[in-house]
Amino acid sequence: MKVHEYQAKEVLARYGVAVPRNKLVTEAGQARAAAEELGGRVVVKAQIHAGGRGKGGGVKLAANADEAVDLADEILGMTLVTKQTGPEGRLVRRVLIEEALPIERELYLGIVLDRSEGFPVMMASKFGGMEIEEVAEENPDAILKAHFDPDVGLHPYLARQLAFGLGLEGDAFKAGTKLMHALARAFGDTDASLFEINPLVTTTDGRVIALDAKASFDDSAMFRHKDIAEMRDLDEEEPLEVEASKFDLNYIKLDGNIGCMVNGAGLAMATMDIIKHCGGEPANFLDVGGDASQERVAAAFRILLSDSAVQGVLVNIFGGIVRCDMVARGVVAAAEEVKLSIPLVVRLEGTNVEEGRRVLAESDLAVIVGEGMADAAEKVVAAVGGAL
Amino acid sequence: MSIWVNSDTKVVVQGLTGKEGRFHAEKCREYGTKIVAGVTPGKAGQDVDGVPVFNTVEDAVETTGANASLIFVPPPFAADAILEAADAGVEVIICITEGIPARDMIRVQRILQGLPTRLVGGNCPGIITPGECKLGIMPGHISIPGPIGVVSRSGTLTYEAIGQLTALGLGQSTCVGIGGDALPGTNFIDCLEAFAADYDTEGIVMIGEIGGNAEEEAAEFISQFVRKPVVSFIAGQTAPPGRRMGHAGAIISGGKGTAADKIAALEAAGIAVAKTPAEIGITMKRALENQSILD
Repeated sequence: MKVHEYQAKEVLARYGVAVPRNKLVTEAGQARAAAEELGGRVVVKAQIHAGGRGKGGGVKLAANADEAVDLADEILGMTLVTKQTGPEGRLVRRVLIEEALPIERELYLGIVLDRSEGFPVMMASKFGGMEIEEVAEENPDAILKAHFDPDVGLHPYLARQLAFGLGLEGDAFKAGTKLMHALARAFGDTDASLFEINPLVTTTDGRVIALDAKASFDDSAMFRHKDIAEMRDLDEEEPLEVEASKFDLNYIKLDGNIGCMVNGAGLAMATMDIIKHCGGEPANFLDVGGDASQERVAAAFRILLSDSAVQGVLVNIFGGIVRCDMVARGVVAAAEEVKLSIPLVVRLEGTNVEEGRRVLAESDLAVIVGEGMADAAEKVVAAVGGAL
Repeated sequence: MSIWVNSDTKVVVQGLTGKEGRFHAEKCREYGTKIVAGVTPGKAGQDVDGVPVFNTVEDAVETTGANASLIFVPPPFAADAILEAADAGVEVIICITEGIPARDMIRVQRILQGLPTRLVGGNCPGIITPGECKLGIMPGHISIPGPIGVVSRSGTLTYEAIGQLTALGLGQSTCVGIGGDALPGTNFIDCLEAFAADYDTEGIVMIGEIGGNAEEEAAEFISQFVRKPVVSFIAGQTAPPGRRMGHAGAIISGGKGTAADKIAALEAAGIAVAKTPAEIGITMKRALENQSILD
């Protein structure tokens, strides 16, 4: 689960990570008081769940409170397009007004889960402001790494190694190692899956501060972090995906015209792949879950069909323990319930598959029966007018 | 004839009294798996369809001699259930539970390091040695005994592959669903190592998907240590970056973990990669034929 910058900073600050003083505003008028309180010279930052805000025009420096109001007015309500938002961009509903700092150096500090090692890894680099993937590509030795066990925390010697490696000295060395320990503790305590502080800045007066902050948290652990779970911003998510999540359906919207409904995530991905292989374009990823009951299938149909680009639907269910005839009846009833009017190809496999296919063939719907994944994919691609 | 589970495996089901646990334990029993005990704290003395329930795994193991565990307990308690089974000396632990926090799995993996325990999962369909033992939620009837080892990060896609193998007359030695989480208890290399050492496994199907670099590591391992034919399929060739595709571990992040990278690594290691999910079985069949020509 992603959160906004202001929320990430709120969480990090609780653990003692130094962040700039700031105020969140939702109306331009509020920017004056905020800027005055923060010393006049402030940065106005659009709050959306996407990187590249600066280059997109969503982060600007105001010399005084008047300018802060003007900039807040300009940024609030704008549709910010960055390389991470796609061409449609994101509506800016909040801006963060933040004190401008006497920046000396810009560094990078982040934590992700290293799946190979089975531990989180803290990464630091002198190249603040650059994307870490870019640094990894061009200059991998410039990324310093320290793995740690969240039950133990970051060992002091590891923090020192990173801080020396970043060239921190004196007060900044002390502040930097302190911040690293705080960040590691926050990562473990909040069930975070990613922290990225880019840039981490040193100031001319020896402070080390998280100028920007990005955080994601483990969805599976939100049951024990109600406060963080509440930070979820549904405005930042695709409406159909939000709707799908209400039915416990795993749905991700894509750009094609063939709707897919599949049980199991791996099979759902593989179904998208074979549609593409046959010359079609999948409109979505949708895992309808193990049992594929009529209720869930009907909900899934509704979600698929709300995407106006969808011209045909492929249902691919590997029955497993659930009998295919039951699944077939559910699919037929659900298709009737939602008055499906576009081509429907159904591929069923598993127990009682013959009986299941008979149910489909004898229904009043014009169901096209697919035998095997390749056949089903070819049929649905043909049904929507052939390969693109 | 198999890896890790066979007709001697005696199973304790943790969470047997729950709806899922009860349903799937019954299906495993119908398949012929020896389900000898259940564990639900506070329900000792009860029984579920004749299987005695104990308060602790330790009690269950002491009384019944269970040497494997099948876990259905809800995600907040699953990691603890795994540790309890390991502490009771259970050799093989299959954790079906989906949605265990990664933080909990970090702890589990650290504690299991150095123990002889084999943990498979979480978020996995389980393991089956056809004709002998089914420990999980997969349909039993699609498998037949034979020479192919199957290992996969997926559930239903694994069934798809098994179905194709069976239709071609290629039975399976053991099929392992290692699960879709970012930190699985058992990884590809663990399975490859076991299949390579298993006298009756002649070929291996490895089904991967986007996210992480387990497939790349497996490719490296195969090129060095596995002399049996391995074929693969990678799901998610059309998956967009930065989106979690159902499984917690199926995400392309920072441009890493793409299907294209994995396929390239596998092919560089000489592994035949099926172009579509419909061709997994036939790709294995051809690989075996090529091998027998070489022999």
